[in-house]
Amino acid sequence: MTILNKFLGGAAALALTSGAALAEPALIFDLGGKFDKSFNEAAFNGAQKWAEETGNTFREIELTSEAQREQALRRFAEAGANPVVMTGFAFGSVLGEVAPDYPDTTFAIIDMVVDAPNVRSVVFNEHEGSYLVGMLAAMASETGTVGFIGGMDIPLIRKFACGYAQGVKAVNPDATVVANMTGTTPAAWNDPVKGGELTKAQISQGADVVYAAAGGTGVGVLQAAADADILSIGVDSNQNYLHPGEVLTSMLKRVDNAVYEAFSQGPEMETGIQVLGLADDGVGYAVDDNNASLITDEMTAAVEDAKAKIVSGEVQVHDYMSDDSCPAIDF
Amino acid sequence: MDYLTLLQILDTTVRLATPLLFACLAGLVSERAGIFDIGLEGKLLMSAFFSAAVAATTGSVWAGLAAGVGASLVLSAIHGLASITFRGNQLISGVAINFLASGLTVLIAQDWFGQGGRTPSLSGDARFNEITLPFAQSLSGLPYAGQGYTELISGHSLLVYVGLLTVPLIWWMLYRTRFGLRLRAVGENPAAVDTAGVSVLRLRYTAVAIAGVLCGLGGVYLATGLQAGFVKEMSSGRGYIALAALIFAKWRPWYALFACLLFGFFQALSFRPDVVERVARIDIPGQFLDALPYILTVVILAGFVGKAIPPRAGGEPYVKER
Repeated sequence: MTILNKFLGGAAALALTSGAALAEPALIFDLGGKFDKSFNEAAFNGAQKWAEETGNTFREIELTSEAQREQALRRFAEAGANPVVMTGFAFGSVLGEVAPDYPDTTFAIIDMVVDAPNVRSVVFNEHEGSYLVGMLAAMASETGTVGFIGGMDIPLIRKFACGYAQGVKAVNPDATVVANMTGTTPAAWNDPVKGGELTKAQISQGADVVYAAAGGTGVGVLQAAADADILSIGVDSNQNYLHPGEVLTSMLKRVDNAVYEAFSQGPEMETGIQVLGLADDGVGYAVDDNNASLITDEMTAAVEDAKAKIVSGEVQVHDYMSDDSCPAIDF
Repeated sequence: MDYLTLLQILDTTVRLATPLLFACLAGLVSERAGIFDIGLEGKLLMSAFFSAAVAATTGSVWAGLAAGVGASLVLSAIHGLASITFRGNQLISGVAINFLASGLTVLIAQDWFGQGGRTPSLSGDARFNEITLPFAQSLSGLPYAGQGYTELISGHSLLVYVGLLTVPLIWWMLYRTRFGLRLRAVGENPAAVDTAGVSVLRLRYTAVAIAGVLCGLGGVYLATGLQAGFVKEMSSGRGYIALAALIFAKWRPWYALFACLLFGFFQALSFRPDVVERVARIDIPGQFLDALPYILTVVILAGFVGKAIPPRAGGEPYVKER
């Protein structure tokens, strides 16, 4: 028994020191899961791209419960992983506590601002990207009613909805935007059955384009929309391929680029707040073979025009999170 | 609220009530025989996963159905073994089954498909598609009755109709057959059944197996009817709501149907805040509607609306007197 203990202890110590020597970067996925075909999967793709290009490895963990957040962060920091990248707003408060304890480790958080000297906070101008897909939705809609299905009801998702509604109203001021949130707990990121039913409810209210900003729940939304032969809009990753010809477009949020950049720059990366918007291709809309037939030249022209105006500052898209209100839609 | 909107909400109600109904009837048969079944949630999840996985692999929803029901039966057998043969605590065995299903499904799915605990999307013959009943098209022009037939009664997947037919079947089995009489007796006073020379163990195992089949059908419907594929934790508490419905229904089949429809109706309403606001003239949060099944169950348990008395021998392993 004692020999076994010593052996195990030695192995553990070896594993720890080798981890510290390599200083591998680490990536922590949020509760939606690594393969949510959306937000977390985009982060994984970015890390994967980095690993393939450099031939290095990275550590990763997929959270399964709220209680693991702090534990996972501390584990990676203790084990010498550097930088530690995490996806999701929910890490905000935890990272605020953990970061000061590990001043030599660099952290990067996506979708949240944490004010600490060793933290890079990456936030996206989702309202701008959502504005563009909102315009596309309004132009593709025949009924004049479009839908929005959010995941967990948090300000960030309202920001998506608000940008989307503004884009819709910019094309068709009389259009109706039906917005629903899936729930108020993290389970709302992973409830495709409810997502599908919400979609059917929106279809019965006349919606013929539905935008899902709901992580794994969105899979159910896109499925229900394809079943009913209406259009849907994916989010974060390019989801056009899920139902070719029935997904109008996807609101891209280049989480992959953010993770790739953080990994490439390593522990010496610049900390502070990094805002990625339309100007630096941090957000955008996806066009590929699967949806090329759905997007006409007029639509492309109108959206590209709007994009240029937003980048130049001529058109201002209201950010819900700036004042917790939205001019285009009530919640 | 116009007639068509009402029909649409009722249509959603029927779809959402079906998995609840299967699980609730499963719990009913099991608990009437004196075996409490907290593991409904786990069985739903396990059968949802295996039905989706096998349907995705073979392309046949019937193979998926068999696999889903089989998986649920295996869990039932474990529950039976722990709580009938080994006389363990039924609640603990049920909770263990829930944990087992929650972890095992994701683990197997990841190993099998490598998509992070989900199965590929099902399409075509790998799903229970919606059935259009005869005359649905020609009758849709008729106001009220015709519309109701087309919108509400026609156009569900096969398992919805199976679920609705199961209710009279279970009722008939429980109250009109010798087997049903014995089943009810074994949940009230197993010693009397044993004295009459009928095997308590066999009766209880049969009841648990029937529960396994019913729960399995509920899970299959979740993954291949309501949705097209399995996603981790996709049962999302439906097994627990079914337990609440069971108490609400006071362990009776017809009441169970109405309880499940009522709870399904609350869920359907929470999807249409616009209608709720128009009818009630105040803004009722969706979360309140989601919580209503639990609130109503507490009200029932507190004894405000009649008494809900569980089968007397429920939860107690049977020990032969020597």
